[in-house]
Amino acid sequence: MESTQLTFSQKIIQGKWIGKALLIFIALFTVWFIGSKAVLSPALFGQQVVNGIQLGFVYALIALGYTMVYGIVRLINFAHGDVFMVGAFTSYFAISFFQLHEWPAWIFPTISPWLTLLIGIITVMLITMSVCSLLAVVIERIAYKPLRNAPRISALITAIGVSFFLEYFGALPFVFTPNFITYKRPFPIVTWYIKDGIHRLEAGSAPPEGSVLFSNILIIIVLSSVILMALLQYIVRKTKIGKAMRAVAYDKPTARLMGINVDGIITTTFALGAALAGAAGILYATAYSQVFFVMGLIPGMKSFVAAVLGGIGSIPGAFLGALIMGQAEVLSAGYISTPMRDAIAFTILILVLLIRPTGIFGEPEREKA
Amino acid sequence: MKIRPQRTTIGFLVIAVLVIATIQVLINTQILSNFWATLLRIGAVMAIVSLGLNLIYGFNGQFSLGQWAFYAIGAYSAADVTFRWSTMNSASGVVILLFVTTFIGMSYLWIARLVRQVKGIDPLSAFAIYLVGTIFAGYLAVMIGKEVIDPATTFLASLPAGFAMQLVFVLAVLMAGVLAAEISYLFGLPILTLGSDYFGIATLGLTIIVKVLLDNSDTLLGFPEMKGARGMVGIPKLTSWLWVASFLVLVIIVTRNLLHSSAGRAIVAVREDEIASKAMGIDIAFQKTLTFVLGSFFAGLAGGLYAHINGFLHPNTFNFIKSFDPMIIIVFGGLGSVSGTVIASFTWALVLEGFLRLWLPDGFETWRFVVYPLLLLVMMLLRPQGLLGTFEFPFLKQILPKPLQSKIMADKTSSENSAIGG
Repeated sequence: MESTQLTFSQKIIQGKWIGKALLIFIALFTVWFIGSKAVLSPALFGQQVVNGIQLGFVYALIALGYTMVYGIVRLINFAHGDVFMVGAFTSYFAISFFQLHEWPAWIFPTISPWLTLLIGIITVMLITMSVCSLLAVVIERIAYKPLRNAPRISALITAIGVSFFLEYFGALPFVFTPNFITYKRPFPIVTWYIKDGIHRLEAGSAPPEGSVLFSNILIIIVLSSVILMALLQYIVRKTKIGKAMRAVAYDKPTARLMGINVDGIITTTFALGAALAGAAGILYATAYSQVFFVMGLIPGMKSFVAAVLGGIGSIPGAFLGALIMGQAEVLSAGYISTPMRDAIAFTILILVLLIRPTGIFGEPEREKA
Repeated sequence: MKIRPQRTTIGFLVIAVLVIATIQVLINTQILSNFWATLLRIGAVMAIVSLGLNLIYGFNGQFSLGQWAFYAIGAYSAADVTFRWSTMNSASGVVILLFVTTFIGMSYLWIARLVRQVKGIDPLSAFAIYLVGTIFAGYLAVMIGKEVIDPATTFLASLPAGFAMQLVFVLAVLMAGVLAAEISYLFGLPILTLGSDYFGIATLGLTIIVKVLLDNSDTLLGFPEMKGARGMVGIPKLTSWLWVASFLVLVIIVTRNLLHSSAGRAIVAVREDEIASKAMGIDIAFQKTLTFVLGSFFAGLAGGLYAHINGFLHPNTFNFIKSFDPMIIIVFGGLGSVSGTVIASFTWALVLEGFLRLWLPDGFETWRFVVYPLLLLVMMLLRPQGLLGTFEFPFLKQILPKPLQSKIMADKTSSENSAIGG
């Protein structure tokens, strides 16, 4: 460049407005696309949103495990989706093989059926969550702990190895079998529809035109997710363990100097995340009534994307990201095409990363000694 | 100092020619059955992909999971070209791809000249400009290319049939590489500015997006011969051992020469410390783009070669789960070791597909994927630094001036000491 005077074309290129215009164009297009669908057929749109909420809450539970583990050991725990799968299968065996959800009726025959169901399902959930926690602790001890001082990529490769192992070991005929298995719900589905107020849909009758349906599954998923997340938030924010977890995530060597058992805290984090993944496994299997050995792959990936989207390491971020992911998946499956939904989920992720490189709630990366 | 590299270069070429010729003789005399010959070809293809990834991750420190996407792009574009020639007797694939790659390349050069005049352009703005350029150049290329299809077809048909086929094949593989490189350049513009893990996640996203697009290649992309999720059949089986081995040797030489040049030292410097290398006057963005594009070019080449091994392509081959294979290979071979990557690729192909299949007793075929992750775990726990660590064959070893070498030795011993101590 001979002169410091910029020519007209250079002035145009120099501005950041071209990139911003691209993003604004994409955003406007999305708003226009969704908005036009919503205006054309509000009931269908409402139905999609309700389905998206159901999916989003399940993703949120899985995403929390990813986000906590990443926040504390900077490891993308690819085996987490398979822990979710093991959770779904555990509950399947507990319900279909051992009828564990009916145990209060065996001991107290006079107890009312819905109380039996409530206590029984909570028991199944607790069992599943403990099995998953145990599995995660074993995985952590065998596969990740010996590599804590190795390069980060080593632990990532073992994570992929563990994921493969859980999937293909589960696919063996005497473990989980390689087939799709129908998941028996322990309770009947009750459906309501929203049109001029909320009405109960009688079994066998068709819902009226232009109504939004929702079932007790949605209520169960939202309720249990909210309770579990509130519990997690309480543990992380208010208890001593949570304080230690945050300290370890912030600075491991200093936390060790302060007398915190760093390895123990890391194991606890894995166990907590896995327990949530186990609960998510039950909820997912209940909602879609199907379990099979690679069922953890795509939900695991989506939840991981959700965690990144919301800012990895941040719990509210994981929740928000999961809700966005659920909506994006359901809306793109409903309005664009079912096979494209994975591509759209990742396109959203890439766009968000371009605008906010560390996710919506993510803190900027710190240099660590 | 001047004589040694030459001697090792000649030695390397002699050994490479000898090994390739021996294997070719063994294949011709049927001592190596078709099964093993195919595995060797797959091993060589994996070596090319992994060398590309090793350049990106091992030498430049960019945690990329997108290598498989460029592999898929290369495989499908090359397969389409040769399929159109062999089955439909039309040079449309060659001509259009040639025009598209050339035009897009030229538009990039032109835009780069334009953009260079402006200091500190926003990556996203640059991406938008390049995107418009790509779309425009691609459209123009298709419009002009259409006019050339007929003369090109008659010209190719006038050549001897076997020669024309091989020519189309080599052109297809090379252009597949170039196409992959151009797409990686476009995609890398905004993505390379992200932090390491986020870069990995974004590239993983690219892999998944490409896979989904290939699933719908017949409807969404408008290539009915790719048959979408049913898998593309009828691709001529042209990848002979000689072709794939020659490409591998070429890729090894290019990698070695790049790494031993000043650009290569800059690439490694960026991996070691970005801030320090910036202070030394290294253009970080340029080095990152260079390695990413070159690595993707290798992936595209390998994809083109892979497509012509079995004559069959399926989108599931390009699933994101499989995209970890090159990552596993380079970690096993040792990050930043060219020899290790090549050895690990062949070992991976022969063990996973060959020996595990043969050794496991009947009825235990499904156990292959149970044994594989266990092997992975055990190897990783025993040797986290990779099978060969940073070992290199003499040909690939960088010959450093004396003082630098002694400093590296000192660093090594001190790091070993600290490893024992910690």
